[in-house]
Amino acid sequence: MIRALRRRPVLMIGAFTTTLLTAVALLSLFWTPFPPTKIQILQRLKPPLEQGLLGTDQFGRDVASMLMAGAWNSLSIAFAAVLIGATVGTAIGLVVSVRRGWLEMLVMRACDVIFAVPPILSAMVLGAFIGAGRFTAIIAIATFMVPVFARLTLAAALQIWTRAYVHAAIGMGRSPLKITVVHVLPNIANQIVVQVTIQLGLAILTEAGLSYLGLGLAPPAPTWGRMLADAQTFFGQAPWLALLPGMAIALAVTGFSLLGDGLRDMLDPRSR
Amino acid sequence: MRIPSLPHAAFLLRASLAAAAVTAAGFAGPVFAAAKTSVTIGMSVEPIGLDPTIAAPVAIGQVTWQNIFEGLTTIDRQGKVQPQLAESWDISDDGLTYTFRLRQGVSFHDGETFDSSVARFAIDRARGDASVNPQKRYFQSIESIETPDAQTLVLKLGKPTGSLLYWLAWPSSSMVGTRSADNNKTTPVGTGPFKFVNWAKGEKVELARNPDYWNSQAAAKLEGAVFRFMSDPQAQSAALQAGDVDAFPEFAAPELIQSFEGDERLATVIGHTELKVVAGMNNTRKPFDDKRVRQALMMAIDRNMIVEGAWSGLGTSIGSHYTPNDPGYVDLTGTYTYDPEKAKALLAEAGYPDGLSFTIKAPQMAYAQRTSQVMQAMFSEIGVTMNIETTEFPAKWVSDVLKAGDYDMTIVAHAEPMDIDIYARDPYYFNYKNPAFNTVLEKVQQTADPSEQAALYGEAQKILADDVPALYLFVMPKLGVWDKKLKGLWENEPIPSNVLAEVHWEE
Repeated sequence: MIRALRRRPVLMIGAFTTTLLTAVALLSLFWTPFPPTKIQILQRLKPPLEQGLLGTDQFGRDVASMLMAGAWNSLSIAFAAVLIGATVGTAIGLVVSVRRGWLEMLVMRACDVIFAVPPILSAMVLGAFIGAGRFTAIIAIATFMVPVFARLTLAAALQIWTRAYVHAAIGMGRSPLKITVVHVLPNIANQIVVQVTIQLGLAILTEAGLSYLGLGLAPPAPTWGRMLADAQTFFGQAPWLALLPGMAIALAVTGFSLLGDGLRDMLDPRSR
Repeated sequence: MRIPSLPHAAFLLRASLAAAAVTAAGFAGPVFAAAKTSVTIGMSVEPIGLDPTIAAPVAIGQVTWQNIFEGLTTIDRQGKVQPQLAESWDISDDGLTYTFRLRQGVSFHDGETFDSSVARFAIDRARGDASVNPQKRYFQSIESIETPDAQTLVLKLGKPTGSLLYWLAWPSSSMVGTRSADNNKTTPVGTGPFKFVNWAKGEKVELARNPDYWNSQAAAKLEGAVFRFMSDPQAQSAALQAGDVDAFPEFAAPELIQSFEGDERLATVIGHTELKVVAGMNNTRKPFDDKRVRQALMMAIDRNMIVEGAWSGLGTSIGSHYTPNDPGYVDLTGTYTYDPEKAKALLAEAGYPDGLSFTIKAPQMAYAQRTSQVMQAMFSEIGVTMNIETTEFPAKWVSDVLKAGDYDMTIVAHAEPMDIDIYARDPYYFNYKNPAFNTVLEKVQQTADPSEQAALYGEAQKILADDVPALYLFVMPKLGVWDKKLKGLWENEPIPSNVLAEVHWEE
């Protein structure tokens, strides 16, 4: 363990942080110190350790419990969004790598268009139609993820298609579908896994931004972003209310990005 | 810097010089307050136009009323009706004929003379078929207007209207000129102590002293005034600390108020407003058509905890659509006090033993969001699930709730004073229809005797407290923060306003 940490400190720190967060998020489904939505106004704005582990917010809710439940809300939305984005994006990238031609033109320009619209904006548009909430947040973030994975897959897959063993397979009359599944996908899987990890951090950040703007989960569900937004005007009286969710977001984003970097180093054949 | 009346351009130059001087002094150390001849007032909401006679938002009146525009009558600091452009009046014994003696020598900022024909024009414009006046109903009882001479205006009413003089004092009843009325939305022209200079949209409105004001005793003491608009409470706080804004008569965040306590330069002044925070229900929609459901929801709410949680304890609980500063106020917070057990029993009796679920359309403002969240937690105690849907105010709220009436419950602060009559309006967003209530309000207008009116208003309050067409929560305080040397601002707000004529800097 220690040797592993010494050899790949980035990977190990990233793995530790993200595992811890995931564990806390899962734990919150079964147990939190207090019910995270329980309002006790007489106990409002109590500093950490005076009431509960991390104090209470402006309604007297337990901050530690809210952060735990917030971890689940944040991570579950991020995982769902990245999963959808990666699946759809990779599929598009693989299909385009086979077809190329005008389809490649079309898909790449469509990616450019999606890139041009920030996820916050697309969430606002979506929210106007179907209302803010979990689904809106997931779809908005996933939409933004699709072109990322489509581009990555396309670039990686095109390289594979130029390899000699693929030419051999074509020569043997293998269908493009079979070549994609047997040769292309396994050879680019590493890169996709690395990208998934990095995008998870981004997705958490975007989810926090959406809830900060009131476009995430509806109250009373606690989210880190809304905790941060609510805490703003209380900063003078209760700085922990802003610092704690801020630290949680920073920890999650850094954790996933370190894990992604570590995985890339480990999986990149050149660095071995 | 002490040149008497100057034309506009010179004023502007001077104002900017003064501003530059203040900024420079800010860096140098103590500010030379003695040199200040203008004031910068901060507001949270920018008005959508500057004509209070064509649109409802109170921000319009808060910039223009008594500064640019005046009425036949006015309302003083104490909320009492006083003569203004009408110097006196006679009311016939049957209460159907009001004869106003108009003031002489009054002219609009564009030079137009104010006389009875102009007054008739202004009232006709407000009550006519094409009128979009936000309080058009206040002119309903006027049947005809006569102008026997230039100084006399006679209003003939179809039925006695005991509140007419009070209503004529409202921003929406302002006297407007025949030549300028159409452009008042962007370039308001009135008879007031200040003239409109410039409106930089999204930023500020500038006013300058009216040197030709008709009432030399009540003329503006300052050379100019600027209204600056900033919605973010932290920006408001920073602007006050930095001296960019001299006063925020309605500071937006109660939780930040205590940060000014003990400040050497800034005073915190907590006064009364007419801002009643009520959670209106759609009284014709299930399950709110059942009075017992509404009463049960009222009993699920601990008003004191709402004030504490949503507004840092700065507010007064109310039991009806009326504030303690209004004449005839009755404390009805005891009609349906907080009692979750009774609330649950009443819900069961109404056919909802397992609770119910509905959606509140809550505007984005902090008071609405926080109150909704506290209410949500309180309702959950009696098995009621309330979903919170944030609805952008004013545009979306006005179209969804106020106009279309498409909502279960909503929450908003009603800013107009003495507006209990909105429950008699049809249509109005509560969809509350109670002939007994309407009769009481009609009776209020049939008398001009204040004590009789007060008793009737008491009756009206009781009907609402018992019927609960809306959940009556609390009255917001007026959280004023301003420079200690600035004198003359109103401490209370009997009507939403920022009256600046008496405002001055103390040496």
